[in-house]
Amino acid sequence: MKTEGNSGSGAGWSPRIVAFFCNWCTYTAADLAGVSRLKYAPNVRVIRLMCSGRVDPQFILEAFARGADGVLVGGCHPNDCHYVEGNYKMLRRARMLERLLEGMGVERERFRLEWISAAEGEKVKVVVNEMVERIRALGPLGWPERMGEWDREVAALAERVAVEERKQQEGEVEHV
Amino acid sequence: MSKPKVAFYWCASCGGCEETVVDLAEDILGVVEKVEIVLWPVAMDFKYKDIEAMADGSIVATFLNGAIRSTEQAAMARLLRRKSRYMIAYGTCAHLGGIPGLANQYSREQILRFNYEESPSVVNEGGVRPRVRTEEGGHELELPELHEGVRALDQVVEVDYYVPGCPPTPNLTRAAVGALLEGRLPGRGSVLAPDVALCSECPRRESKPVDLAFSGFVRPHQKLLDPGKCFLAQGVVCMGPGTRAGCGGQCIGGNMPCTGCFGPTTRVKDQGAKMLSSLCSNVGPKEEAGIDEVLKGIPDPVGTFYRYGLAKSLLRRKKNV
Repeated sequence: MKTEGNSGSGAGWSPRIVAFFCNWCTYTAADLAGVSRLKYAPNVRVIRLMCSGRVDPQFILEAFARGADGVLVGGCHPNDCHYVEGNYKMLRRARMLERLLEGMGVERERFRLEWISAAEGEKVKVVVNEMVERIRALGPLGWPERMGEWDREVAALAERVAVEERKQQEGEVEHV
Repeated sequence: MSKPKVAFYWCASCGGCEETVVDLAEDILGVVEKVEIVLWPVAMDFKYKDIEAMADGSIVATFLNGAIRSTEQAAMARLLRRKSRYMIAYGTCAHLGGIPGLANQYSREQILRFNYEESPSVVNEGGVRPRVRTEEGGHELELPELHEGVRALDQVVEVDYYVPGCPPTPNLTRAAVGALLEGRLPGRGSVLAPDVALCSECPRRESKPVDLAFSGFVRPHQKLLDPGKCFLAQGVVCMGPGTRAGCGGQCIGGNMPCTGCFGPTTRVKDQGAKMLSSLCSNVGPKEEAGIDEVLKGIPDPVGTFYRYGLAKSLLRRKKNV
């Protein structure tokens, strides 16, 4: 399956998911899935961070704003955080972020927080596959295209004014 | 030598920014002495065609307040941009979209339907709505068209400087005008206010706990607030940690928490997301049910975290409206 270079909602679209995995648990689990030769959907772009607690909600919103169809955050199970509290911080932000995203019309299935320990390679596979399937059913989010479409009303006015100004200037030249 | 020309214009705004110019009180006389005002619709009579007739770049600075949400506002913003050397987004609406930016949660159709038909105070049996073109007695009338969405000024034309605030304080206004007249302006694109969070100049700073561990949130009307204690320590959402300083903490002085009108500092891209992050990370409970119980005290996340900045936030607008 090819996911590179498919933008927007055209035919052959397949979900693009940005995944933020913590260094100590979920990224190691993804590594384990790899060395165990588990196969899962190639739709995730994994970004390794030291801790799920490092995931700033700005990263998640920016991923959506720049064209991600889904965002997955993976961290250590409760009580297992390498930094003691990081995953709790992410959980608390996620509970509010889910409500905020809902308020902005982003479907619930597009954002997911999962605890995946370093030993759970299989879980990486299951979670990623599940998420890809759900988002495939929803279709593209296409935020950049949506905003581009929306901003056409400003561009259209700019164009109309430019045409009028040109006409005016030409009129002036003729008059002289 | 002729005096430098200055224009004031308003778009989607409440008039509070205009009020601030008047709040300069006797200092406004000093300003008027040094500049020639060529446009100020709220206070003086000028014609748009006089502006159109001016040479491009002949106005030194336009102070434009209000968001852009109609074709007329966008056209005026473009015209004034062309005629001015400096375009200054004056006040929160021009800077970030402001309160009108919250309309980006609805479509134009929803807004028109509610305001002309469904609102309980409206009597409009014929369902009459403003139209861009109307024929009346052989005359054709034209009205500006409402945009689908609300935009900050820099989403429509290039902006040189921003004066933040809802409204900007007289002090900031005075400083901005002074800097302009004396040629002491910082780098283009700067916000003309300190680049630190409000907490740094807050009189209640000393009472801000190191570890907040929120056990619940209340809104200001639900609790008698201690006038000397950090709002966050009282379980009240205060946008101070995520908001630029420079207002002199006027709301804090009035025993009301910061709602974020000065926008973010330069280190923050999305004020709402950053504030959400800061507040929620400090919630006490560690399991979902307990966390949700605490966060229930913030019933409207979009309206709380993006009260002034929705139009300039990363997502800008609600999907599917």
